[in-house]
Amino acid sequence: MKFVLDAEQRLFGETLDKLLAGAGTPGAVRAWAAGQPGPGLALWRSLAGAGVFALAVPESAGGAGPLPVELVTAFHELGRHAAPGPLAETVAAAVLLDRLGGGTAARGSPGSRGPGTAGSGEDRDRGLAGSAAGWLPRIAEGGAVVSLALPPAVPYALDADVADLVLVVDGDELREAAPGTAMTSLDPARRLFPVTAGAVLASGPQVRRAAAAACDMGALACAAQSVGVGRRLLEVTVEYAAARRQFGRPIGEFQAVKHHLAGVLVDLEYARPLVHGAALSYGSPDFPREVSAAKAAASEAAYAAARIALQVHGAIGYTDEYDASLWIRKARALYSAWGSPAGHRARVIASLTTG
Amino acid sequence: MDLDLSSVEPFRAEVRDWLRAHVPDPPLPSLETEEGFAAHRAWESELAGAGLSVVSWPGRYGGRDATPLEWLVFEEEYYAAGAPGRVSQNGINLLAPTLFRHGTPEQLDRVLPPMASGEEIWAQAWSEPGAGSDLAALRATATRTDGGWLLNGQKTWSSRAAFADRGFGLFRSDHEAGRHRGLTYVMFALEAEGVTRRPIGRIDGKPAFAELFLDDVFVADRDVIGAPGEGWKVAMSTAGNERGLTLRSPGRFLAAADRLLALWRERADPADTALRDRVAEVWIKARAYRLKGFETISRTEDVGAEASINKIFWSELDVALHETALDLLGPDGELDGDWLEGYVFSLAGPIYAGTNEIQRNVVAERVLGLPRDRS
Repeated sequence: MKFVLDAEQRLFGETLDKLLAGAGTPGAVRAWAAGQPGPGLALWRSLAGAGVFALAVPESAGGAGPLPVELVTAFHELGRHAAPGPLAETVAAAVLLDRLGGGTAARGSPGSRGPGTAGSGEDRDRGLAGSAAGWLPRIAEGGAVVSLALPPAVPYALDADVADLVLVVDGDELREAAPGTAMTSLDPARRLFPVTAGAVLASGPQVRRAAAAACDMGALACAAQSVGVGRRLLEVTVEYAAARRQFGRPIGEFQAVKHHLAGVLVDLEYARPLVHGAALSYGSPDFPREVSAAKAAASEAAYAAARIALQVHGAIGYTDEYDASLWIRKARALYSAWGSPAGHRARVIASLTTG
Repeated sequence: MDLDLSSVEPFRAEVRDWLRAHVPDPPLPSLETEEGFAAHRAWESELAGAGLSVVSWPGRYGGRDATPLEWLVFEEEYYAAGAPGRVSQNGINLLAPTLFRHGTPEQLDRVLPPMASGEEIWAQAWSEPGAGSDLAALRATATRTDGGWLLNGQKTWSSRAAFADRGFGLFRSDHEAGRHRGLTYVMFALEAEGVTRRPIGRIDGKPAFAELFLDDVFVADRDVIGAPGEGWKVAMSTAGNERGLTLRSPGRFLAAADRLLALWRERADPADTALRDRVAEVWIKARAYRLKGFETISRTEDVGAEASINKIFWSELDVALHETALDLLGPDGELDGDWLEGYVFSLAGPIYAGTNEIQRNVVAERVLGLPRDRS
């Protein structure tokens, strides 16, 4: 097992870093929050071009995956650059559709219903197999932005208004969903929508299992994204502390500031191996527990990074205008997304004491 | 580097089987007592007889050339089996790595085998009354004499020195040189003429460390490690061992976290979600430390100052783990027993091997690159 990234994986991360740094991502985030998804969708296509979404789609459906280690490498960078959009949601949807595609859960005949007709309200009794086969390649190539609600952990569909496909799992049923009125999140780049369930796409216990698998993958992606968010906050805060002068010296000389930042690094440095370890355990029975451990630690580390970033920046960090706010808000929002740390810790204990 | 975990399974099984047959039951008395110290020394000898006392060392010194992965596996099995604490730890984990890097072949041949067998137990002699976190302020001296050096001064908080055989530490050999220069790294016998040791009761009264008074203690040239005057560099080149994986391997925390989980099952009120949350947090951190350990041995570059990140993490994990256990025990938490012994031991973690405040300075300045304090 490779507990560190190999040269190719590192290069992939660096490539995404450059791509996101060169794409004016903070501007795209702010536009996204303002309801102008153009730049964000362009970024989405660039990320797809770099192979990000293909990582979650099996080769048989036009992807390159599942490649969980590459996926967390990508999501780390997406977090570092605060990339907007239903990223974890699309990845989770790929898992969900893949698990149900061609399975016995499919209702009706594997029809010709393809991408582009979602939400049209037609062909309600067509089977999932056909539609899954159509959607997965589109996700892989960046032609489909997908959002979903997986209550209770994921009650609202992120950015459902720009999604090409919105799904909701309700118990044993997978349904198409229609977004309601947007709600306001602490992170304005996270546009959350309640959903109204529509046509049933699949039903049966398989849906429940597929939804659980999708939830694990979404939580893993979110964990990796969170570590990236925390890492960026640490980077900008270290930079700020070295430059900002008070009492005739950089505030980074003060031990109170140093110790705060060292603590952030410690938390992040021990969250990262959990995320990597969870990705390595993909396919094993321990995967759900490993994901929960990773998500809990990553959320805590990223949130602590946000609190310290805010404190060390002082008043400027408390402003909307200063870009650190993009990450400070996201850290808190992601903390509760895809299951709270306390919920994931409870799942770890449940798994250890019943397993 | 690709770690093949399945390839070490035969080694794991061998270690597990041997430990299952040999780990003392009931456990040995506390190693911080005279009786317990002797019992732990005998255990080291039994371990050495099986070739398991220093698995990562070369065979000629008593080891079996284990890879870092095998060493991690050995540690996992060792602590999972509830085997005794390592009374020889100062020697095998701190002095030995220094000797491997800076020692002469003669020193390796002479010092390592009795260290591996438990015949010679080593104590640290770093701190002084005026030099704790600020180690470079040390004042104990080494003065040139015929064929060696004369040591004078006082050392304190010397772990294991109450019952150990030999000590190692830094002494000022050149007063003209700067604070970090003119220090010499020496090994000396605690039974030598001129050494007076006064055991110090740790917070629970057990004599875990001692004060050493040195009055013209002779040390031969062959007991100087590295060049005279280069002691700081020699000591710091392996400081990462004390702060890093070597001193506190993941196995120890994995085993303790599993015992905590067993205690939770046995004692906890399932409705007490606050305690459940803490048990989970500790278990996750022990797991994180294991994965970080695999990551560390997979890397080719020296971890350097990053060892300080490690030290902060494991020392705080150890305290949190034992605090959680005591809380699970409720009113029994204050009673003498393994958990309390572990708790008392854990409390020293954030202090020894460089306080966690010093480690945070190191992390902030040398890993994050924050400006040095100019005051």
